[in-house]
Amino acid sequence: MISLSECSKAFHRGGANEVQALEGITIELDEGDFATVIGSNGAGKSTLLNAVAGVFFLDQGTISVAGRDVTRWPEYKRATLIARVFQNPLLGTCPSATIEQNLALARRRGKRRGLAPGVLQRERAQFIDALGTIGLGLEHRLRDRVGLLSGGQRQALTMLMATLVRPEVLLLDEHTAALDPKTARQILALTRDIIAEHKLTALMVTHNMKDAIALGNRLIMLHQGRVVVGVAGADKQQLTVDDLLRKFYQVQGEALANDSMLLT
Amino acid sequence: MTAYAALGALEQGLAYGIMAIGVFISFRILDFPDLTVDGSLPLGAAVSAVAITSGVNPYLSLILAIVAGSMAGWVTAILNTKFKILHLLASILTMIALYSINIRIMGGPNIALIGAPSVFDPVIGLGIPAHLASLVVFAVFAVAVVILVIWFLRTEFGQAMLATGDNPQMITSLGVNTHFIIIAGVGLSNGLVALSGALIAQNQGAADVGMGIGTIIAGLASVIVGETLFGTASVARSIIAALLGSVVYRLAIAFALGFEWGGFSFSPSDLNLITALLVVGAMSAPHLKKRLLAR
Repeated sequence: MISLSECSKAFHRGGANEVQALEGITIELDEGDFATVIGSNGAGKSTLLNAVAGVFFLDQGTISVAGRDVTRWPEYKRATLIARVFQNPLLGTCPSATIEQNLALARRRGKRRGLAPGVLQRERAQFIDALGTIGLGLEHRLRDRVGLLSGGQRQALTMLMATLVRPEVLLLDEHTAALDPKTARQILALTRDIIAEHKLTALMVTHNMKDAIALGNRLIMLHQGRVVVGVAGADKQQLTVDDLLRKFYQVQGEALANDSMLLT
Repeated sequence: MTAYAALGALEQGLAYGIMAIGVFISFRILDFPDLTVDGSLPLGAAVSAVAITSGVNPYLSLILAIVAGSMAGWVTAILNTKFKILHLLASILTMIALYSINIRIMGGPNIALIGAPSVFDPVIGLGIPAHLASLVVFAVFAVAVVILVIWFLRTEFGQAMLATGDNPQMITSLGVNTHFIIIAGVGLSNGLVALSGALIAQNQGAADVGMGIGTIIAGLASVIVGETLFGTASVARSIIAALLGSVVYRLAIAFALGFEWGGFSFSPSDLNLITALLVVGAMSAPHLKKRLLAR
């Protein structure tokens, strides 16, 4: 469960390149809501996710997760409630650590890290089970360094790491955009399965309209830092790419027609 | 090189090897080039020397030295993380400040420890000859530090430290406060460097404010020579390599100083040049080898 209320953020404030990245964004996701977020380049999609994750603080507005006001929490503290998968597969894992060490790091998300062993024997069985569910054969490679894995394997591992401890909110930032089409489909299928299995509340940024329509029960379109379209429930199920484009022009006017090239 | 010189080099290699492991932690694990060590090595020596001359047990004085060194590391890391000063500059600032502080601590530029109690006394008391006692003590401390650091890096906290150097964005998203880890890690690094300084001061019978000059270069040379010769297949191996690299480095220096060719021989003032050449050689060797093999 997450609620953003009137969130605004400007970069380079007072300078010549001032950008109003987010402007009065209000979003309410209920427990188990899976929202896809689309918009043209510079619409504020990644900024929105960064704001939720706590990469920077808002100029205005509040964010609460699972009923707790996290507006002034630093990024590492919000990680107790929020998990994240980045666009770049290299960012989600530690290359020089082994698969089991990465999973053990993720299993302690938001917990105190003391002088107990970094990987426990009894965790290994759990890791083998979890890796078995993604069907890439990684369960036989617990001691391999993650740097040896392909981008797709690393992103699948990151998905698993993000949900090893159930997060209140899962943030997916174009997490399939850097993968080849086949791998991207696999990761997307894995994403859908994991979110459904754990009934997660999730926000997924994507550039792909079809994915945005096919996945989740909510759809949010951003433009110039504002929410311009919000679709939910049955309306979302009947949504087509054409509908979405039409809605987009409706809101923005024909002057922005060129943006359709960026959106499709 | 005489057997006596070789023994002395081995001794120094082990004592400075503890410092090299400290440099490995900041430079390699945290990716934090830390020049504080040029100040924290004499800081450890100064604190230990003042403690011993005030009647503190020599072993207890080592703990005081470690604490002082760690605090110096904390200052550098806080300047970097909280005040956003570039790590290199932050460490230079702490280093030059420590020069003044070390003279304050000692009440002068040096303290003699000749005849004062030392950590070697109990070992000599066991009947081990004096010229071997320091070797035994240094070996025990060096091995203990290697084991403790390897153990530490396998703990939850140690794993988070490795990840902080490797991928800070990822480990932040897993709920780790990277600032805290950097402060703890640079502190640990300088604590080890100060321990090394304290042991060396007790061995050479004096603490001197100038004894830290070039520490970072010797530490880097040890780490890099160790990596080149002994590999980096695992973290444990890299740490052992840093210690052994320090021994090889001191042996190489002893060899160079004993080298005579016609009327030419190196003088101690040539050490910096030799060190620089050694580091350049070790760092460029893998690259040169690749190019030569590619032909």
